[in-house]
Amino acid sequence: MSTEGSHRAVTDWLNHLLILPILLPLAVAAVLIPIDERDRTLKGAVGFASTLVVFIVATILMRLAAAGEGSLPGGGVYQLGNWPAPFGIVLVLDRLSALMLCLSSGLALAAQVYSMARWHTAGHHFHSLFQLLVAGLNGAFLTGDLFNLFVFFEMMLAASYGLLLHGSGPLRVKAGLHYVAINLAASSLFLIGVSLIYGATGTLNMADLAQRLAALAPESRRLVETGAAVLGVAFLVKAGMWPLSFWLPTAYAAATPPVAAVFAILTKVGIYVILRLHMLVFGTAAGASAGFGQDWLLAGGMLTIAFGTIGVLASQAMGRLAAYAVLVSSGTLLAAIGLGRPEMLAGALLYLVSSTLTIAAFFLLIELVERGRDAGADVLAVTMEAYGDFDEDEEEEEVGVAIPGTMAILGLCFCLCAILLSGLPPLSGFIAKFALLRGLFDLPEAREASLISAADWIYVALLILSGLAAMIAMNRVGIRTFWASIEGTIPRVVVIEIAPVAVLLAACIFLSFQAGPAMRYMQATADDLLAPLVLSERVLSAPRAGGQ
Amino acid sequence: MELILSAGIGALAASGIYLLLRPRTYQVVIGLSLLSYAVNLFIFSMGRLRVNAPPVLEPGGAGDLLRYTDPVPQALVLTAIVIGFAMTALFLVVLLVSRGFTGTDHVDGREPPRGD
Repeated sequence: MSTEGSHRAVTDWLNHLLILPILLPLAVAAVLIPIDERDRTLKGAVGFASTLVVFIVATILMRLAAAGEGSLPGGGVYQLGNWPAPFGIVLVLDRLSALMLCLSSGLALAAQVYSMARWHTAGHHFHSLFQLLVAGLNGAFLTGDLFNLFVFFEMMLAASYGLLLHGSGPLRVKAGLHYVAINLAASSLFLIGVSLIYGATGTLNMADLAQRLAALAPESRRLVETGAAVLGVAFLVKAGMWPLSFWLPTAYAAATPPVAAVFAILTKVGIYVILRLHMLVFGTAAGASAGFGQDWLLAGGMLTIAFGTIGVLASQAMGRLAAYAVLVSSGTLLAAIGLGRPEMLAGALLYLVSSTLTIAAFFLLIELVERGRDAGADVLAVTMEAYGDFDEDEEEEEVGVAIPGTMAILGLCFCLCAILLSGLPPLSGFIAKFALLRGLFDLPEAREASLISAADWIYVALLILSGLAAMIAMNRVGIRTFWASIEGTIPRVVVIEIAPVAVLLAACIFLSFQAGPAMRYMQATADDLLAPLVLSERVLSAPRAGGQ
Repeated sequence: MELILSAGIGALAASGIYLLLRPRTYQVVIGLSLLSYAVNLFIFSMGRLRVNAPPVLEPGGAGDLLRYTDPVPQALVLTAIVIGFAMTALFLVVLLVSRGFTGTDHVDGREPPRGD
């Protein structure tokens, strides 16, 4: 009796683990607001503790998800308000959402540690906004309901507006103005798409939607497809597909480094939702609508790679280079989804993880490298003086103890970033791209070149050329910075600034060594995605808590 | 009624988009507001138009879909209004800060050169 009772208690507890990544940051954000801004260490510590707990929970959830649905408490479905799926709101955990949860919270952790060296002093309520961003991100990954996706999306975006403006300055405000305007317009599209889908199918639950779509009348089907297209545009704006991406480089380059690093995952939220909806709603089970919009994704993705590649080559400042690298990464993923090859999915997921980690590390690194260089640092100092708190200044001067071999460590990190971004052999960037290409050429029916279409060849060319362009651009910047630096001052770097960069890059290296297990996980995730009705069955048949 | 509603949504959306593309920040704010009104009405209409029907079940008339309107879009509209309101407020703050920094209400932060 007692063992059964305790087992029950453990299962219940594990079940509630699923909502913790949303509730905890939300509560912590609220708690942090009334704390005085001068207690930054306290705020930082509380925020860090919260993000750390979320990260640990995310890793536990990922382990549970990896072990299969049997080990998941409640089948990985959390019913808010204890209403069963099509009527109530549900959170759904599967391998994909667990992976994204883990990635985003890990990234957030790194960015937060980094920010505590100096950037969180540049404005008010940094840590609260940061926690809200984490809560919104996690909610967007976990929700199984289209309208709640909108709510979490808005939460994430609202926090990101605040974070983009963090540190103030005319440049950031100008970029922020455009960023807010474009995202508000995109949110309107989101709502139109959601309501069209609701109007045609009468459901907002993604699992329910997947099941209803196959048996839909042709005229309703057209309405759903229209709705999905409008919805898709909203996410493509977020993901930065080519004609919709003009705001992205400016905004990302203007954001403070820790914020830009977290923004690397924001584009991936767009990709995640497109991947999820595409597979769940327009997958193999969708009947006549299967593969809807694939050509657009393919063409848009390829144009995005081309645009991003040109941007990478043309960038003078490293911030813009990194922002265009974000576009290349988005484009590669979108085109991979658009090609519609199930064999490529696992590689695409690995690429998503690897490129996000790399770009985030690069965003963090840029500021460290450029700190020793030029006017940028001076402008920053002026901004801090004008808008930060004055009493913080003396303290900051003391924090910056120059560690020996700073340039060597920075240089090494930069080299790793260059290798990862361009996809050169030993590291995960290469493995991911190789997995993508292998998926493209490894056709199950026949391994003949004649079966590989022109689009595939263009994709291959773009993938390799974008890597080459990244290599050239990184070399150019690296030589200018490390070899032939004119100013020659060694930047003052604190350990807690370089450590997150090193950890993110170490994660990529770890991913390279553990590519086998990682690919197995990705393959299992891809298999899940290819059988969407299994997931929707699981969501819809999940029992209510309390044994009824 | 359908014609009036769709014409209203169309007019609101068209004005909203036109204003959204204007170069002055205040016009952009008004444009976004009009657009969000249009979207909210649109969501509302997705629950099908009904006159004099409550969104909750009446005692005795339970389960009869012909007697009440779809409550879900109304709940969605409520949420969308709240979020849209908050976002507009936030955008106004950004607008004021931008105006304070640049001294102009042009969205690019500077007046375009006069082409005579």
